Amino acid sequence: MNIFIQFALIIYFLPLAAFVINIMFGKRLPRQGDWVSIGAVGISLILSVTMFAGMLLDYNPDFKVEAFWRWIHLGAFNIDLGFLIDNITITMLLVVALVSTMTHIFSIKYMEGDPLYYRYYAFLSLFTFSMNGIVLANNLMLLYMSWELVGLSSFLLIGFWFEKDSASTAANKAFLTNRVGDIGFFIGIMIIFMYIGSVSYGDVFNGVASGELTGTLLTIAGIGLFMGAMGKSSQVPLHIWLPDAMEGPTPVSALMHAATMVAAGVFMMVRLFPIMSPDALVFVAYIGGVTAIFASVIAVTQNDIKKVLAYSTVSQLGYMIMAVGTGAYIAAFFHLVTHAAFKANLFYGSGSVIHAMHHALHKKHDDETDPQDMRNMGGLKEKMPITHRAMFISTLAIAGVPLFSGFLSKDAILAGTLSFAVHHPVHFLLPVFGFGAALITAFYMFRLIFMTFYNEPQKPELIDDIHESPWEMATPLVILSGLSFFIFFTLPYFNPFSDHGWFTDIIHARDSLVAGTPTAHEIAEGIHHSHFPAMLLSLFVAGGGIFLAWQMYLKKSWSPDSVSEKYKTLYLLSYNKFYIDEIYSRYVYTPVLKLADRIAFFDWEIYDKYFINGFGRVTNWLAKLTGKVDYEGIDQGVVDSFGRNTRRAGKMLRSLQTGKLQTYMLFALVGVIFIMIFQVV
Amino acid sequence: MDQLQNYLFIAAILFSLGLMAVITRRNGVAVLMGIELILNAANINLVAFARFGGMNYSGQIFALFVIVLAAAEAAVALAIVINIFNNYSSINVDEVSQLKQ
Repeated sequence: MNIFIQFALIIYFLPLAAFVINIMFGKRLPRQGDWVSIGAVGISLILSVTMFAGMLLDYNPDFKVEAFWRWIHLGAFNIDLGFLIDNITITMLLVVALVSTMTHIFSIKYMEGDPLYYRYYAFLSLFTFSMNGIVLANNLMLLYMSWELVGLSSFLLIGFWFEKDSASTAANKAFLTNRVGDIGFFIGIMIIFMYIGSVSYGDVFNGVASGELTGTLLTIAGIGLFMGAMGKSSQVPLHIWLPDAMEGPTPVSALMHAATMVAAGVFMMVRLFPIMSPDALVFVAYIGGVTAIFASVIAVTQNDIKKVLAYSTVSQLGYMIMAVGTGAYIAAFFHLVTHAAFKANLFYGSGSVIHAMHHALHKKHDDETDPQDMRNMGGLKEKMPITHRAMFISTLAIAGVPLFSGFLSKDAILAGTLSFAVHHPVHFLLPVFGFGAALITAFYMFRLIFMTFYNEPQKPELIDDIHESPWEMATPLVILSGLSFFIFFTLPYFNPFSDHGWFTDIIHARDSLVAGTPTAHEIAEGIHHSHFPAMLLSLFVAGGGIFLAWQMYLKKSWSPDSVSEKYKTLYLLSYNKFYIDEIYSRYVYTPVLKLADRIAFFDWEIYDKYFINGFGRVTNWLAKLTGKVDYEGIDQGVVDSFGRNTRRAGKMLRSLQTGKLQTYMLFALVGVIFIMIFQVV
Repeated sequence: MDQLQNYLFIAAILFSLGLMAVITRRNGVAVLMGIELILNAANINLVAFARFGGMNYSGQIFALFVIVLAAAEAAVALAIVINIFNNYSSINVDEVSQLKQ
């Protein structure tokens, strides 16, 4: 067996083993078994790094290993489960292993003293296992199973503090919203399976290339698959679960937002891009674009530090999805990788801040103040230097400032969008969404930084109790801050303004297999031409956003309050998240519940009462009737009377039994005489 | 005078007397004597049929066996009568009606 496959098997099953050990014996292990999970993901990380190094040494864009094992064998119908390992897989494996390991380490202190500490680590391992399944799968079946496992583990972790009502509700919301997307996903898989007869990527790609599934059906299948991504990667209108998912522990948010849950949707789209029809891709692009701008507008007015980051994730995912839709799907994957590092870092930073705030508030016995509200922070810069620097670097990266990783990937996406609009002027809105979101992103991220770390402390009485987090929490911050710099993505070249590097060298776009779509080369050509204007524009909008934030929140030359007063409608729309939850509540949940009520009424009052109960009553009556017949007719009439008559006959014959020898003799004689008479006659 | 029906007639009378004794006598020994009479009536029949039926001597031999059997039977039956007497202090067959219960 290929060494890569062996490594992949170990990487895949180690976290599962850790999950099983921890869920069963975790409580009795020393340190509640956190070292089991940390060890498992640690080994996974080492192996991933080894595979990654192998990939870099090989430097072969066509590298590909596949292995599969027969799972279901029913005559001509077979389903194989297997791994597909190419450069995309290896890169993603490293991202998952890295962020997962960081999360495991970060959680040591963050979750310290939690009564269900061991279970938390078990769930983290399950999450990693599920996500690795999505990354490694070479077929839609394993993908779908891992997909659902990711849904399950996110449910378990979002609702980890289930005794809090809001946490269990958020977990349910995440799970149910994902269900909606998964239905579409499943329909997509079924359409593909029906027409192509196989679920493995290779067969599906060949089937689409040879025209076994074309036209509208392919579009429907593509949109169906994309619905799964809409749920997992929280695209409008299924984005509602992600901000609520902040109810989970912060390290979980980091894991979920950077490498596992939400990355799954984008990763799936990257994998399946070659079978997306042009119509489906336009749909994908618009959903992504709308999500990008929409979520970033909401993020501007949120005050909860984690909510801002949550909407920022939604917006960045919208970016990636939009890039897939415009054909620049390698740019989307690039952004997925860079985003994983700096978004995880931002979440660890926010976790560190919340941790510090929480402890300070705890010391003051203050249960009223929200430790996550940025209006209670400010001036933390001196107290938490590592956290501050880490978050600042990541913010520069997400805002798209040169020298940082986000600049490269964001630039690639914007160039892709621009090129798409140049080729299809009808879709001029897509780059508008893209650049608009870039501007707003730079603004709200710096707003977050300024409100949290700069200015005067809003709660001066707390500031003395704020301390930098312990090394377990600081280490991931330092490592991931390092990975936010451009150099890790452009090696072996050194040009901060070009994404040219190992990534673009060995991860190549595949041609779409659907007729009528531009080839990967044409797309790359278009992106190349739009690269320079896109870069200038994105530098301009990022600078503009940062400048605005600086003016409003640091220099205070414009008061944010007066601005929000001036554009009150817009402010309220954004602050209330465009009332999406309320709209759903009024136009979806309430009618559905009402309908359910009606149906329940019909079920209880009519169906149950008249049909079921009536049936029961008739049966009861029939049973009574047959009971009567049985008891009075059969039992008493036949069975009992048989006995009664036998007894009566016995009583009668008894008198003949005198016990006297001579009487018997007489009977015998009479009998003989009778026999003789009848013999004669 | 030497005719078959005369023998049969005598045998029938003897059988009837024996039967009469068996059914009506209350004394156990008398009942046994009745049984002897019945057996001897049968013997007369056997010998008579043998004599007039041209069957060589098989009838006579049969009769001899019956006589031997009757002797054995008398021995057994008298033993039973003695046991009855031991249990009931009577040899009245009417009183031996334990079978009824």
